[in-house]
Amino acid sequence: MLCEECKERPATVHITTIIKNQKSQVNLCEECAREYQQHWGFGFQPDFSIPQFLAALLQHEAPEIPTGRQEGTGPGCRACGLTYDEFRRTGRLGCAQCYNYFGDRLEPLLHRVHGVSRHMGKVPRRAGGTLSTKREIEQLRAELEKLVASEEYEKAARVRDRIRELEKKVAGNTEK
Amino acid sequence: MAIKAILSRPSSRWMDGSGPYADLIISSRIRLARNLAGWPFPSLLSPERRQEVAREINKAAHAEAAYAVAGELEMVMLDALSPVQRQILVEKHLISPQHAENEAEGAVILREDETISIMVNEEDHLRLQSFCPGLQLAECWRLANALDDALEQTLEFAFDERKGYLTACPTNVGTGLRASVMAHLPGLVHTRQARRILSALSQVGLAVRGIYGEGSEPVGNLFQISNQITLGRSEEDIIDNLAVVTRQIVDQETSAREVLQRETGPQLQDRVGRAYGLLTNAAVIGSEEALALLSDLRLGVDLALVKGIERRTINELMVAIQPAYLQEKAGRKMSPMERDVLRASVIRQRLQNKSGGVL
Ligand SMILES: [Zn+2]
Ligand SMILES: [Zn+2]
Repeated sequence: MLCEECKERPATVHITTIIKNQKSQVNLCEECAREYQQHWGFGFQPDFSIPQFLAALLQHEAPEIPTGRQEGTGPGCRACGLTYDEFRRTGRLGCAQCYNYFGDRLEPLLHRVHGVSRHMGKVPRRAGGTLSTKREIEQLRAELEKLVASEEYEKAARVRDRIRELEKKVAGNTEK
Repeated sequence: MAIKAILSRPSSRWMDGSGPYADLIISSRIRLARNLAGWPFPSLLSPERRQEVAREINKAAHAEAAYAVAGELEMVMLDALSPVQRQILVEKHLISPQHAENEAEGAVILREDETISIMVNEEDHLRLQSFCPGLQLAECWRLANALDDALEQTLEFAFDERKGYLTACPTNVGTGLRASVMAHLPGLVHTRQARRILSALSQVGLAVRGIYGEGSEPVGNLFQISNQITLGRSEEDIIDNLAVVTRQIVDQETSAREVLQRETGPQLQDRVGRAYGLLTNAAVIGSEEALALLSDLRLGVDLALVKGIERRTINELMVAIQPAYLQEKAGRKMSPMERDVLRASVIRQRLQNKSGGVL
């Protein structure tokens, strides 16, 4: 869950308030929670301490300020249409493909939240995944064509590599 | 019909007060976020397609593989329930508050004993949850993992080799796993150590959530501790980390209680006795006050300062005194004052006919 205030950092402080029998919850990062508390002045104040790895990362990273060039006006995810701006506003991605289309821009966020950005856990038991992979390849091919047409060769090369990678995966799965 | 039973009783299998460290750790929970491959996430789906997703998932939940793991499961569309009934599911932790609010085409799949709940079309297509009493994260994981495997024989989940299970919010991506324990820590709160100890948990990748009222202390001294990081570690590592830290907190809480008993014996006995006196005699009581007193009473039960009251009775009362549960029991919408009166009478009945008392 992302902080509801800045939509940038993970929400690690969850404050439920019960005022006149009305329960409401705010989910904030340490920094915004500190401000919230100063503003609302409620009593229980944990000594917020940011995990060291996060602190270190934040120090070396310029704050991500959206620029008109990249955000908002930029094209959305080609599968679901969500723009990066919308993602920043809601903190929610629109579909699985968003992870590919916003890949580079999500990377710093994933690092901030998780420290690493490579999955180490469970893999679906079904060797498959073939169906969705094929679907993804189709979508990537369409994107590749557009990129070539608009002479964005650097991006096109990345998409081409990704297609090769996926094709290898599909081939591997059908062999099994 | 599982849902009828679930809405009408305050108890559930995982709140029966059993399990390791049941005096401090009320329950353990595992939640797995999953999405169907090839579909946009729920927030971008039309009502018709959300219904389709629900049908797909329901089919998988009733397939042979899932039945072998979980037995009979029942799907309920949230818009078929009244707002109060949805709120009961929130009070029982079976669905999230957000899920209860956005009920359109949302659904929940439940097992009759409430140890399994699958939220359908919440933020993700599925959020599979398993619950156990006490500190039993590994057992919870075994059940959730087996059911996940079973569902995966019918459904294809959105998965990427590098990013793992793909979720609507990037904070859940990877394992999609949220493991948590609900801990009762009056010792740490009364000895003024809770803040220091619990805030240190964020340094080991854990998040703490408490219920805060208008006062300065968490209501009922209850805390939920969960993992923050879902990517880059295996499920076993995440669960192990939480279990190890939870056992450390159990140790700290236990020694805090020893200190309280040794240094402030009479005050502690007084606190427990007053809680018992108020709970068994009050005619009007708010939920926040009731939870605070139940915390004192529970501490008394744990330290054998009270006789004749079972831990599971207190667990049941924690559900039975919640606003939605009270209104469902009364069969009508009630004003806060009416609820406070009914709440007091429910508590009196449950505690008095236990022929308990303070030692
Ligand atoms: Zn923030
Ligand atoms: Zn998308």
